[in-house]
Amino acid sequence: MEVLSRVHEKNLVRWAEKRPEVVVMSGDLTGSTEIQLFKDTYPDRFFSMGLTEQTMMSWAAGMAREGFTPFVHTFAVFMYRRALDQIAISIAYPNLPVRMFGFLPGVTTPGGVTHQAIDDVAVLRGIPNLTILETGDATDVESVLDVTLDIPGPIYIRMIRGEIPRLFAADESMRLGKARVLSQGDDIALLSTGICTEEAMRATQALRARGVSIQHLHISTLKPFDDPQVAEAIAGARYGVITMENHTIIGGLASATAEVIARHGLGKKLIPIGLRDTFIHGASRPYLMREYGLDAAALVRTVEDLTRTALQIGEDDLAVVRLNPIHSAAKTEAL
Amino acid sequence: MPTAARETLPWRARVPQIAHGIRRRVLEHTIAQNGGYLSQACSSAEVLALLYGHLMKLGPSQGPPTPPPFPGVPGGAHEHFNGGVYNGPKAPDLDRFILSPAHYALALYAALIEVGRLAPEGLAHFNQDGSSVEMIGAEHSPGIEVSGGSFGQALAQAAGIAAARKLRGDTGLVWVFMSDGEFQEGQSWETLMTSAFHKLDNLRVIVDVNGQQVDGRMAETMNIEPFAQKIDAFGWQVCPVDGHDIEALAAAAHSPTDRPLLVLAYTCPYQGIDIMQERGAKLHYIRFKDEAERQQYREVLAAMQAGEEA
Repeated sequence: MEVLSRVHEKNLVRWAEKRPEVVVMSGDLTGSTEIQLFKDTYPDRFFSMGLTEQTMMSWAAGMAREGFTPFVHTFAVFMYRRALDQIAISIAYPNLPVRMFGFLPGVTTPGGVTHQAIDDVAVLRGIPNLTILETGDATDVESVLDVTLDIPGPIYIRMIRGEIPRLFAADESMRLGKARVLSQGDDIALLSTGICTEEAMRATQALRARGVSIQHLHISTLKPFDDPQVAEAIAGARYGVITMENHTIIGGLASATAEVIARHGLGKKLIPIGLRDTFIHGASRPYLMREYGLDAAALVRTVEDLTRTALQIGEDDLAVVRLNPIHSAAKTEAL
Repeated sequence: MPTAARETLPWRARVPQIAHGIRRRVLEHTIAQNGGYLSQACSSAEVLALLYGHLMKLGPSQGPPTPPPFPGVPGGAHEHFNGGVYNGPKAPDLDRFILSPAHYALALYAALIEVGRLAPEGLAHFNQDGSSVEMIGAEHSPGIEVSGGSFGQALAQAAGIAAARKLRGDTGLVWVFMSDGEFQEGQSWETLMTSAFHKLDNLRVIVDVNGQQVDGRMAETMNIEPFAQKIDAFGWQVCPVDGHDIEALAAAAHSPTDRPLLVLAYTCPYQGIDIMQERGAKLHYIRFKDEAERQQYREVLAAMQAGEEA
């Protein structure tokens, strides 16, 4: 598996070159949100806002009203927690094209409770006019910028940074409202988002080897949540549905999926993998994923629960799994 | 005097007439509805009159004289309507006006009528279901470009507009009307700091310092004085003046500066309607206690109207 470094940093500079309407705002986290190169390359379009997150949101709204497209960068918690009223009133109500890049979702930081965005999707899903996207690999991070072009209103993007894997073929862009189908099957519908997709892919390889057939969708559009592939996958799943998210199981992917099951009258069992109504603390990502049950092993246990089968898959089986970037669903059987 | 004829007057004669009209219209409305944001009109009449009658460089209103019904919230399939069109077209050399404290909407509507940007009949729609002439105005209400009802946000949005205009090379100014209570919000101070840091010399704010908030006098609820020293320390040009003295207000608002400018207009919350003093410090929203009190205010109104005819 290819691992890339600071994907957003380079991609944004290239992407914004011929888009003079794009302005970037930083909440004193220019290096940490990968916009130093933008600042160096286009200093006139870079706004240092310091630790004024509330003002940064309203200010971005003002610039958007004047025809600019502000790309606001800071840690997610400092957006949706500290400046929620500004997101709702200054940005979302007028339906302005502000793009909020929220970094450090869930367990991706050892920064502890103050830095870990564990409930951002839950908090923001209730805000009208707002689109919510989540990135899970380098291809998502690169192509999410193109996705924003199709959305006239505000967007919140759960961003990953630093060293990130390429799970999906570089030429297969993220698409608005359309999940990536990573494997096909009819025992279980598995919906995963963000960094959980990489863990899920480790497990699904081992699970397939034990004969479990899984329809695995990687979800990148969390709102609106109306991709027909989701209802189809759920309807076709013999045992039921598993959701897997780097977020509390209240209000995020699990809740959105439950709404689909109820609305379509699908009557399937849903087992959510995620943070079980708990805050987490400062520690490494692998530790937190294991401790709070967000990793490949957690998925294996959940599949065993759902299918009432002991699958005999150990840590060693998961450790040897190698991931290669995958193309469309048609090719997944070649994995 | 008819609005058109008034435009030919020198500003020093025109502005007091507009201010008088703002007070009279809001008083009329408050009596008719048995309630209204009357004190805000008394304190801010000269400031709003001066902004619309002299200071701001605006083009003609682009809005219908009688405001349209509420068209629906932004983001739906329908066409959205922005109340900023009553302040004229957006053009590089023209000024912009941002009302921050949305409960001054009634005073603003009265000002728009006095300068011919809104038909007098428009006020009949005030606070009616389905109308855009809302009591706490929002960005679809006449003269209101951004929703300022959550305090502290409008100044920051105006700063974003000013920053965008500087980036684009516009020469027009961005004027913001604020109230003093809003400076109890942390976001106001964030924006003072960021606007000074980004050198927004095209941003001009006039604050109605009437010393009042919902619970009563600010000095007894949450004191913000010494106000001017704080603004100065945040890097703005600050000018404290008598907010009913149009000469002093105009001079302050035109102060040459390379910094963002803030005029502290110290005002009296019952200016022009002295009997309001009898209500003590509860002036945020006037609802008459009984018919006798309402009758007293009718007499004040009659005296105002007699003064106009004389």
